[in-house]
Amino acid sequence: MTQVPMGAVPKKGEEKLKIRKRSNQSIWKQMKKNYAAYLFLLPKLVLFTLFVAIPVLWAFVLSFQEYKIFGSEFAGLQNYITVFQSAAFMAALKNTLLFTIVTVPFGVITALIGASMIFALGKVSQSFFRSAFYLPTVTSMVIIAMVWRWMYNYDFGLFNYILGWFGVDPINWLGQSSTALWALIIMQCLIPFGVGIIMYLASMGSISNALYEAAKIDGAGSLKQWWHITVPLLKPTTLYLVLLSTIGSFQVFTQIIMMTGGGPGNATETLVHLIYKTGFRDFEFGLAAAQSVVLFVIILIFSVIQFRVLRHDE
Amino acid sequence: MKNQSKRVNKLIIYVLLTIFAVVSLLPLYWVFSTSLQLSSYQSEDMERPVSYVDSNPPKLYPMGIPLYFEHWGEAREADKAGNAEEEAYHREMMDHIVDNTFSSFVSLFQKHDVGKWFFNSVYISVVVTVGILLIDSMAGYVLAKKKFPGRNLIFWIIISTMMIPGQVTLVPLFIMVGNLNLMDTHWALILPDLSMVFGVFLMRQFMYSIPDELLEASRMDGASEWRTYWTIVLPLAKPGLAALGIFTFMNVWNSFLWPIIVLNSAELYTLPVGLKTLQDANLASFKLLMSGAAVAAIPMIIVFILFQRYFVKGLTLGGVKE
Repeated sequence: MTQVPMGAVPKKGEEKLKIRKRSNQSIWKQMKKNYAAYLFLLPKLVLFTLFVAIPVLWAFVLSFQEYKIFGSEFAGLQNYITVFQSAAFMAALKNTLLFTIVTVPFGVITALIGASMIFALGKVSQSFFRSAFYLPTVTSMVIIAMVWRWMYNYDFGLFNYILGWFGVDPINWLGQSSTALWALIIMQCLIPFGVGIIMYLASMGSISNALYEAAKIDGAGSLKQWWHITVPLLKPTTLYLVLLSTIGSFQVFTQIIMMTGGGPGNATETLVHLIYKTGFRDFEFGLAAAQSVVLFVIILIFSVIQFRVLRHDE
Repeated sequence: MKNQSKRVNKLIIYVLLTIFAVVSLLPLYWVFSTSLQLSSYQSEDMERPVSYVDSNPPKLYPMGIPLYFEHWGEAREADKAGNAEEEAYHREMMDHIVDNTFSSFVSLFQKHDVGKWFFNSVYISVVVTVGILLIDSMAGYVLAKKKFPGRNLIFWIIISTMMIPGQVTLVPLFIMVGNLNLMDTHWALILPDLSMVFGVFLMRQFMYSIPDELLEASRMDGASEWRTYWTIVLPLAKPGLAALGIFTFMNVWNSFLWPIIVLNSAELYTLPVGLKTLQDANLASFKLLMSGAAVAAIPMIIVFILFQRYFVKGLTLGGVKE
């Protein structure tokens, strides 16, 4: 993986740029000389400005407004106050947090273990299992949710059928508040984290064999080698995967709308599903904008914390 | 002794991975199995047709397969015994089984708009993918290889929005799309998709490794910027383009939240949106739903199998953070 160009910071180019700046050439002249570069950037810049930059800024503005078709009114913090006073939002926050706290570590750890097992195999088996675990990731969540809805069906679902073998009474998995969220969490855990497995495999391939040889001479068994060499060296990948799946997990939506609609009650309400309901069922644009800003801030805080925690004890 | 324990270890790994793989692939298997399940099978000795969809216990494979061969065998025996009537019956049953197995696919395309949804999904995904490849490679190229005032500023502004979850822009985009009179059109999907920034980042990372000497040489030969980009940069960036193209295609094909917000007319739906309305309508049998799911899943599975190595490349390229 180290062969991959990772020049996030263009050191060389920056230096050259600085040297040029020091020369007497004016910025205007430089811009004129490089007009082609601006032309190349133009399509993306126009699209980006119209459909990303303006909407992002507008979302912040909207969150302080009471939206009306003919002239919105400034509402101060009212939307944010409403957000934090609403029971549905607090439920959504709690559910999303629980969902994330269980599924993210589970997904990353199983991906690490799975990838470690796959890595020990021959080439053909490696590519077979890699595909088997990645295939659900390329399949639309809409489809996976439809199947799982059937698996959780009270009358003829797979789970109640299996429970029947052991003489356990059928469970109304998605229909009662005590089990609905956990049903969704279990489902998430059983969908393999395909991205994680592929990235771990790629990173494992770049660990030098010499390290393992040295450990072998010292008499370390394979489990010890794994724990003391593989796992620590994979830390950057782990950090990235935890961040990636946390961000994804905070945005859980498709399963909710396809399987429970947030119910029963608010039992499976999540942040994005609530934003969807507030904005596009109730058409409370200001409120929905405030909710989405809160979502953004939460994701930002989590990313910063995880980055610090996982980076610190290196 | 040591070799034997190694072999045992390998066996345990294979067993565990196989179990995981079965769990992982079960939902997809169930889509295909149910889509081909018999839903109204009736033989001579039955009073009314039986459905093996939603049966308890669940049927783990399409029942048409064993039944078909059963009738086939009996038809052959009847033929040997010279019993023409019996043979004709079994031949008829074989047709009945085949018809019933594929019935939901036929009705999907005849009674529902699935053909149209499929076409919409294909053409939107292709348009966005081609557009992104062109626009993002142009942007990525100059951001990686040109020095001009404002380059770093533009790059960091674009990259910093990658941190912002897409849901933040939902409401403003909805209002904008309404004001632009694009509501319930495919433009409402295509334009925001073309504006995604991930590709710029990926392309810039990729083009960074193209040697400057090559570009310099092209310039010496008097080639225009566009010619350099088109004949030198793009061919060298092929693996990166392939990875970006596949991910864009997959994201657009599976995109769901935004399409269900802006599309209202059934003839404009993409496959995921159509599948949701099928499920919501409650009219569709589970067999029909799963057939629709199969239609939506098959293209992605084919793309994945054909371009597997680019998936790996795209993940490791876009993912690495310094």
